[in-house]
Amino acid sequence: MEMLNAVFVAPFVDMFTYPAFFVEVLLGGLTAGVMYSLVALGFVLIFKASGVFNFAQGVLALFAALTLVGLMTGTIPFSQNSMSALALPIWLAVIATGGVMVGLAYAIERVVLRPLVNQEEIIMFMSTIGLAFVLEGVGDMMWGSDVKALDVGIPSGSFEVNGVLVQVFDLWAAGIAAVMVAFLAVFFQKTKIGRALRAVADDHQAALSVGIPLKTIWVAVWSVAGLVALVAGIMWGSKSGVQFSLSLIALKALPVLILGGFTSIPGAIIGGLIIGVGEKVAEVYWGPLVNGAIENWFAYVLALLFLMFRPQGLFGEKIIERI
Amino acid sequence: MLYRETGQFKTSYSADQAIFPIFQDRMFILGWLIVAFIAVPLMASEYWFQIILIPFLVFSLATLGLNILVGYCGQISLGTGGFMAVGAFSAYKLATNVPELNIIFVILISGLITALVGILFGLPSLRIKGFYLAVATLAAQFFLIWMFNKFGWFVNYSPSGSIAIPPMEIFGVMVTSAKADPVARYYLALGFTVVLALLAKNLVRGPTGRAWMAIRDMDIAAEIIGIKPLATKLKAFAVSSFFIGVAGALYFSAWSGTAESDAFDINLSFNILFMVIIGGLGSVVGSFMGAAFIVLLPIFLTNLFVGELGFSALTAKHLEITIFGALIIFFLAVEPHGLARMWQVTKEKLRIWPFPH
Amino acid sequence: MSAVENPRQISGEVLLNVEDISLSFGGVKAIRGVSFNILKGEIRAIIGPNGAGKTSMLNVINGFYHPQEGKITYKGETRSKMRSHVAAKQGIARTFQNVALFKGMSTLDNLMTGRLLKQREGILQQTVDMLLHAVYLGPAKRQEVVERKVVEEIIDFLEIEAIRKTPVGRLPYGLQKRVELGRAIAMEPELLLLDEPMAGMNLEEKGDMSRFIIDLNDQYGTTIALIEHDMGVVMDLSDRVVVLNYGEKIADGTPNEVSANQDVIDAYLGVS
Repeated sequence: MEMLNAVFVAPFVDMFTYPAFFVEVLLGGLTAGVMYSLVALGFVLIFKASGVFNFAQGVLALFAALTLVGLMTGTIPFSQNSMSALALPIWLAVIATGGVMVGLAYAIERVVLRPLVNQEEIIMFMSTIGLAFVLEGVGDMMWGSDVKALDVGIPSGSFEVNGVLVQVFDLWAAGIAAVMVAFLAVFFQKTKIGRALRAVADDHQAALSVGIPLKTIWVAVWSVAGLVALVAGIMWGSKSGVQFSLSLIALKALPVLILGGFTSIPGAIIGGLIIGVGEKVAEVYWGPLVNGAIENWFAYVLALLFLMFRPQGLFGEKIIERI
Repeated sequence: MLYRETGQFKTSYSADQAIFPIFQDRMFILGWLIVAFIAVPLMASEYWFQIILIPFLVFSLATLGLNILVGYCGQISLGTGGFMAVGAFSAYKLATNVPELNIIFVILISGLITALVGILFGLPSLRIKGFYLAVATLAAQFFLIWMFNKFGWFVNYSPSGSIAIPPMEIFGVMVTSAKADPVARYYLALGFTVVLALLAKNLVRGPTGRAWMAIRDMDIAAEIIGIKPLATKLKAFAVSSFFIGVAGALYFSAWSGTAESDAFDINLSFNILFMVIIGGLGSVVGSFMGAAFIVLLPIFLTNLFVGELGFSALTAKHLEITIFGALIIFFLAVEPHGLARMWQVTKEKLRIWPFPH
Repeated sequence: MSAVENPRQISGEVLLNVEDISLSFGGVKAIRGVSFNILKGEIRAIIGPNGAGKTSMLNVINGFYHPQEGKITYKGETRSKMRSHVAAKQGIARTFQNVALFKGMSTLDNLMTGRLLKQREGILQQTVDMLLHAVYLGPAKRQEVVERKVVEEIIDFLEIEAIRKTPVGRLPYGLQKRVELGRAIAMEPELLLLDEPMAGMNLEEKGDMSRFIIDLNDQYGTTIALIEHDMGVVMDLSDRVVVLNYGEKIADGTPNEVSANQDVIDAYLGVS
C-alpha cells in the first residue's frame, strides 16, 4: 500500500501542493527539451536527405562550440596557447565558425560519404561513429579538452511571475530555436536547394536522374546540419560550459528521434520537448524512490516503450512493406 | 602451393560438412591452439598476460558474442557494455554468496543470467528494426549501468561501489584474484574462449546460423519461407548475450579482479562494436582479429607517441581517438567486411598461386 | 521429394479458394472483391497488366498481406489473419518478382534455409536442437547430412551443381531466379506461388525454367500458381488462367477461353 501510494499518489499530491515548483520543473524540462530538439533537428535533416543515421550530430555540436570558444579567445590551434590579439569579436567568431562547419561538411562529403556511397545503411551508420571519434579527438587537440566557459552575450538572470522563477536565458533559447525552425521551414519550402533536398529525400535515384547533383546536396545538407549544430553548441555551451559531456548529452537526441520519427522536423521539436519535460518530471517526483539519477536512462526507456506501440514515431510515415 | 584443396576429395556429405573441411585450415587452427596452450605460457611475461593476452581473450569472446547478433543476425546493439556488466556482477554475487560453487559454474551461470537479460531486451526486436533497435539497446546500456551503480545489493553494499573477486580454485589451482598466477588466469580465459568459439562456429554454420543470416539478409523473405522472426532473433539475443556475459564474468574474474559499473559504460560498447567491424561482420575468426587489432593498437600508439615521440599522455590519448575514428572510416570504405575478408581474399589468392589465371 | 504415383491428374479437389478478397492501402484499393480457386495438381496462371494486383494477390495468399475483406480457404480450412511463416508451415512456398535471396549466403545455404521449416517446434526442443548443433554431435550431425541429401537432389534437378558454394550475390540474374526456385522447392510445398519466374530471362533460360516448372508439376504433383507476362509461356504451361485488371477479376478459364475474351483483349490493348 505504502509503495503504491509513493508511486501513484504522493508525487501528484506534491505537484498540486506546490504548483509554482512544478511549473519551474516543467520549464527546466522544456529548456533541456529545446536543446535535445536542436540536436535532433540536425539529425533529421541529414537522415531525410541522405538516409544516413548520423551518430556524430552531437559531437558536431561540441566541435562547433569548441571552435567558437577557441576563436573568441584567440586560441592557436594545436598549441594549447592563446593570444588575445587573435581573439575575434563574437559576431565574427560566430560567422567564422559557421564557415568552419561548412568546410567540415565539404570534408565529410569528400572523405566519409563519397567513398561509402551505395554501402548498406549499417555501414554508413558505423562510419559516422568513426566520424564522431575523429571530431572529438581533433576538436580536443585543436582547442584543448578542458571545460570552457562560453559567453556570446545571451542575457542571463531571472524574474518571478506568480511565484515562478523564470530564467531569461531559457526564454532566449526557446526564441532562437523557434526562429531557426521557421528559417528552416522557409528554406525547405521556398528555396530551390530546399526543394532539391526534399526531392533527394524522396528518392535518391530519381533525383539523380533529373539532374540534381547528389554531391552538392550532401554538402548542403551537412552544412545546414553543421549550422544547426553550431546553434545547439552555443545554447548548450553557454548554459553548462563547453565540455565533452555535451556530446554524451546529445545522445539523448536519439530517443527524441524515436518519439518524433526519423524524418519529421516537427516530430524532432515536439519529441525533444516531451523527452525534456518527461525526464525532468520523472527525476524530480519519482527519482528519489529509486535512488535518483533516472535521467540517465528514462528517455531511452520511454522511447522503447513508445516504440512498442507506434514503431514509426509520432509523425513518421507508416511503412508499407513490399516484396 | 601451400594452401590448396586440390586432391582433397570429399566422399560424403558429412566430410564436406566438417567444421574445417580443408586440411590446411585444420593444421592452421591446430597450430594456433598449440601456440596458445603451450608456447605462450612458456614464454609470456606477466606484462604480456595482463596487458595483452588476457584482455585479448576476454574481448574476443565479447566480440564474438556481439558478432553473432550484429554480424550474423543483423540486429544492431549498442548495449554490449551493459550486458558485460550483467556478467561481471552476476559472477561477483555468485562467487561471494555461494562460495562453494566452482568458478567454472559461476562463469557459466553468469552467462545464462546475461542471456535471460538479453532475451528481455531483445523482445522489442519483433517490432523494431535497424536503427530504432540500436536506440532501444541504448536503453539497456544506460539502465543496467545505472542499476548496478545505484543499488548497493549488487556490490554487497561496499561503500566504494566496486566489486572484487575472491580467490577461487580449479583442481586446487588458484585461478582468480591478484593472488593467482597470471598463467592460471590466462588458462581460465583461454579455455572458455576456445570452447565457446568452437561452439559458435558450429552454431553459425548450422540451421540456427542459417536462420540468423536469412533474417539478416532479408527478414521478410525469411518469414515467408517459414522462419519465425521473433524466435530466431531471440535465439540470437540469448546466445549473443550468453557469450557477452561470460566475457564480462571473465573480464572481472580472470582479468581485472576488481571492477566498477562505470568500467562497462557506453565506450566499452563502442569499442566492442569496432572490434566487430574491423574484424569483419559475420565472421568467427574475424572476431579474434578485430579484438587483437583494437587491443594492440592503443598499446602500439601509446608506445609510439609517448615513448618514442615524447608527446604528453593527454595529446597521445586524443591522437589515439582520432586515429581510431579515422581507421574505422578507412576500414569501412576500403573493406566493409573487415580483416576477415582480407584474410579470405588472401587465402583465395594462395589457392591459385602461383598461377592466378 | 518423392514422385507421386500416377502424376498429372487434376482430381478436381480444390486446394485453395479465395472468396471476395478486397485489399487496400490507405485509400488505394489494390484488390476489389476477387474470387477464384486453385485445384490440386494444376498449373494456374494469374495474368494482367501492371498494377492489376497480381503480386498483392500472392501476398494475400501466403499471409504477407491481410485483406480487409474476404475469405481464404486452404486445404478445407478457412483462415482470417495468418502470418506468413504459418502459411509456409502449411505448405505454401513462393518466389518473388525481384529476387529475394539471402545475398550473403552460398547457393547451398540458401537452399538449406528452405529446410528450416522442417525443424522441431517448441521452445524446449528448439533449445535442445540448438545445443546439439553447437556441439555438432549425434542426431544434429545426422540431420544435417539428411537435409543436405534432399538439397543436393534439388541441386541436381535444377542443374546448378557448379554454383553450389558460390555466394548468390555473385550469380547472374537468371541463375539467381533458379536458386530461388530451388529454395522454394526445398520447402516441399503443396502449393508453389511463382511471381514472374521468367522476368528478364533470355529464350534459353525461359526454356529451362518452363521445363523445371512442368517437371515439378508432373513428377512431384506440386500445385503451381504463377504470375507471368510472357503470354506464350502462360498459354503453354497453364491449365487455367485468371485475369486481373485494376484489382478486379475480368476473366477466368482455360488459356483459349481467356485469350478469346473481349475484356481481356481490351485490358491488354488499353481500350476503355
